[in-house]
Amino acid sequence: MSRRDYLLRKLGFSLMTVLIVLVINFVLFRILPGDPVRAVIGRNVRISPQVQQALRVQFGLDKPVFPDQFIDTLGQWAQGNLGISWSQRQPVANILIAKLGNTLLLIGLGQILSIFFGVILGLLAGWKRKTPIDVGALTFSLIAWATPTFWLGIILLAAGSTWLGLPTGGIVSPANVSKPLYTVIPDVARHLALPTLTLTILYLGEYMLIMRSSILEVLNEDYILTAKAKGMSHWQVLMRHALKNAMLPVVTLIALNLGFTVSGAIYIEAVFSYDGLGKLFQDALTKQDYPLLQGAFLLLAVSVILANMLADILYTYLDPRVKAN
Amino acid sequence: MHNLTEFWRTFRRNKLGLLGGFLILTALLAAIFAPLLTPYHPTDVIRDANGIGMTFAPPSAHGPLGTDDAGRDVWSELVYGARISLTVGFLAGFIAMFVGSLFGITAGYFGGWIDNLLMRVTDVLLVIPDLPLMLVLVATLRQMQLNVSPLVIIILVIGLLYWTSTARLIRSQVLTIKERQFVARARAIGAGNAHIVRKHILPQIMPLIVANTVLTISTAILVESGLAFLGLGDPTKPSWGTMLNFAFDRNAVTNGAWWFYLPPGLAIVWVSLGCVLLGNVLEEMLNPRLTTHHLEGDENMISIAAGQGSD
Amino acid sequence: MSEPLLSVRHLSTEFIMPEGKVARALEDVCFDVFPGQTIGLVGESGCGKTTTLMSVMRLLPSNGRIVNGQVKFNGKDLLALSEPEMRGYRWKEMAIVFQGAMNALNPVMKVGDQIREAILLHDLMDRDAAEKRVGELLEMVGIARTRRDQYPHQYSGGMRQRAMIAMALACSPDLLFADEPTTALDVMIQAQVLELLRDIQKALGLAVVLVTHDLGVVAEVCDSVVVMYGGKVAEYGTADHIYNHASHPYTQRLLASFPDLNRPADTLASIPGTPPRLTDLPNGCRFHPRCNVKVKECETVNPKLITISEGHYAACHLCKGQETQFA
Repeated sequence: MSRRDYLLRKLGFSLMTVLIVLVINFVLFRILPGDPVRAVIGRNVRISPQVQQALRVQFGLDKPVFPDQFIDTLGQWAQGNLGISWSQRQPVANILIAKLGNTLLLIGLGQILSIFFGVILGLLAGWKRKTPIDVGALTFSLIAWATPTFWLGIILLAAGSTWLGLPTGGIVSPANVSKPLYTVIPDVARHLALPTLTLTILYLGEYMLIMRSSILEVLNEDYILTAKAKGMSHWQVLMRHALKNAMLPVVTLIALNLGFTVSGAIYIEAVFSYDGLGKLFQDALTKQDYPLLQGAFLLLAVSVILANMLADILYTYLDPRVKAN
Repeated sequence: MHNLTEFWRTFRRNKLGLLGGFLILTALLAAIFAPLLTPYHPTDVIRDANGIGMTFAPPSAHGPLGTDDAGRDVWSELVYGARISLTVGFLAGFIAMFVGSLFGITAGYFGGWIDNLLMRVTDVLLVIPDLPLMLVLVATLRQMQLNVSPLVIIILVIGLLYWTSTARLIRSQVLTIKERQFVARARAIGAGNAHIVRKHILPQIMPLIVANTVLTISTAILVESGLAFLGLGDPTKPSWGTMLNFAFDRNAVTNGAWWFYLPPGLAIVWVSLGCVLLGNVLEEMLNPRLTTHHLEGDENMISIAAGQGSD
Repeated sequence: MSEPLLSVRHLSTEFIMPEGKVARALEDVCFDVFPGQTIGLVGESGCGKTTTLMSVMRLLPSNGRIVNGQVKFNGKDLLALSEPEMRGYRWKEMAIVFQGAMNALNPVMKVGDQIREAILLHDLMDRDAAEKRVGELLEMVGIARTRRDQYPHQYSGGMRQRAMIAMALACSPDLLFADEPTTALDVMIQAQVLELLRDIQKALGLAVVLVTHDLGVVAEVCDSVVVMYGGKVAEYGTADHIYNHASHPYTQRLLASFPDLNRPADTLASIPGTPPRLTDLPNGCRFHPRCNVKVKECETVNPKLITISEGHYAACHLCKGQETQFA
């Protein structure tokens, strides 16, 4: 199939998945207790039954759940209205946007570092196969896989704060809380160090493994022999022919990892009290702030789905064979 | 592998597989024989001469892993915690295996739109981020006030979300088996679908299902620990994850009580690693389709040159 | 006769197999290639044809090593060169066309770029001139210049083979190795590719070493033939020597097993048995387990190449001739 058809199919799939997420979101949060009216006006506000009924009509809550209320809700979500947080008395959307940047910073940095080091180590391990470097790298990856995210965070937190004096939580010191982040970069950097390190260590192993097995597979292909026959040195062969081919599965892995990275962020933000979406999600869970929980879930799920789709699109441009499928 | 002795001989040669088996076995034995291995019951508070609970006491002759924030023996908590962690992991793993096999066999055997539909479902599940979805599901289920232990909820949620890799693997195996002669023959003599699946397909893929389940269990144990850490476990029946939740929430870190927050994590790594090693080795041995040609490139070429393969 | 372009003497190569076993892939291989000559290297699968090429170009995998011999190219012993020096010879002096060029070309690189890379690698000309040459080379093999920017999967099988030939000629080598260039192709395309090779050779004065198991092809295009068996040279001579005066029993059986329109169909005979495992070679002559005219000596003594007539050699105890001193 042509590239266009392939992309259309991917787009269709992503949209369908988003729709499913929307339905899940809607259904689940209807099951959760709490009058939807409460979801809008807050839990502790007292209102009389008449006012409550009037509000029901006003918010369209007297209409049938499907399809009317569902469509209404979709409409609201599309306009960015995700309800009001019970615990923070603010529109959910505003809260989410405020914290989104922090999480993106953490995840982005962690991913970039783990991809960078993972690819290099994988290349090295594959090239120097069966040497101590390779064995060491493999062992490391295995153990990293079996290590719970949050536990590694706890260990690094303990070690980092005790021996290196790094902060134990938050994204900035209390003194800098109200300042915009870009003005207090050294402080942010100190706070980001440990959480980012945790993420990097955990995901590095995966990228290293994929890169290694990819390189081994590629180095066995005929065109590598052709390249050597042309008179290229090992290094030239690696850089000019092997690397690009070997990187393709890495791109796929990045896409696959997106969902897991978000999960990892939830744990890490919990351990390091890092003020991002992950911590928000967990707080909403413990405080039973359902509008916030619902909004956060929606944002996280839809982001990952869209990012996945983008990664798929990117892949089709990297691999010329995809056109021919 | 056609018989057990041949299997055992090959397995014995693989050191990593043996290591994995050892790790799992020790954990299992510890869990089963917990009362024999622990001087205290995990809920006992250890008190000093004045009757005051010895909180955050470092490891000593009495307690090899010291005490926790309430004065309870960490070692005892650890060993008893194995029961919870392993049980939840195993049960969740089995549910995932069951669902995954069901989906995989159905999709592979019937093909067509059934296959398409089931694979789409699998794909959708894979794209949605796992932890947020699980947290939301757990929150919903708990709010429904079903009067079940939080552990049951966790087992269900993990089992219902982590079957995808099993489904894919089983499906591709069924696809190959489906093409083989004996299936066609069975159909020709009028055997029904259920019969064919039960008699011809299931026995062939059973070993692979077992191997894959071991891997799934390792994931389940890791996920359970995470959920427990976030506070979704049963505080009255602490798993290793719950222990870490206690440790973190009750300031073991700031108090420097490494004996409280290190061991449970190590235990998780221990068992997880064991399952991964064992599961990978089993899968390699039992899956005829797993090619490792790219990992033995030189050897492959030379065996061709040496006349052992076709050129 | 002029000096040989390539002179292989007593080439012996080993591979270390998993579990430590040693495979004696080549033993005492000797032959010459003269400028402009076409040599056929024939034998069954696994007899060492490809290994010979890989040894000459020193492209053996990491577990392979040359344990003995000399490989002289224009008088220079290639085996004594350092790796960087050897790289200078690759492609510039001798190039290779691999079989089944499906994966021999990098799938994510444009065909034209891959050809150009070969030219630029050896610093032969600047980028623009190289680009022009790419076009010329493609035309020479009958591929439209406009296809330069396409990827290998967009070429047909025959086209890919021809693109590989174009690439091999990029640096104007004096010697071309062709490893089973037609095996993966259907008969019509085979003929085209062979004709192309012949035309190019005539036009450029190339020497060609054609590795194949197809005796028919060899009969058509080769001046000399090297018949290999079990890693050794069984017989070596001109095409006339081999086809009309085959002396080694293996060569004779090989020729007999090939379909010939002039012979009645029932005389088609295959050689019973299978080629030996290179890790487990028989004592004496490597062919003796399958030979129907062997004598006692064949089971214990490995025959050396002897001269049967001028330029015709065979390694068999039953052949009458003088002991060859391959210098």
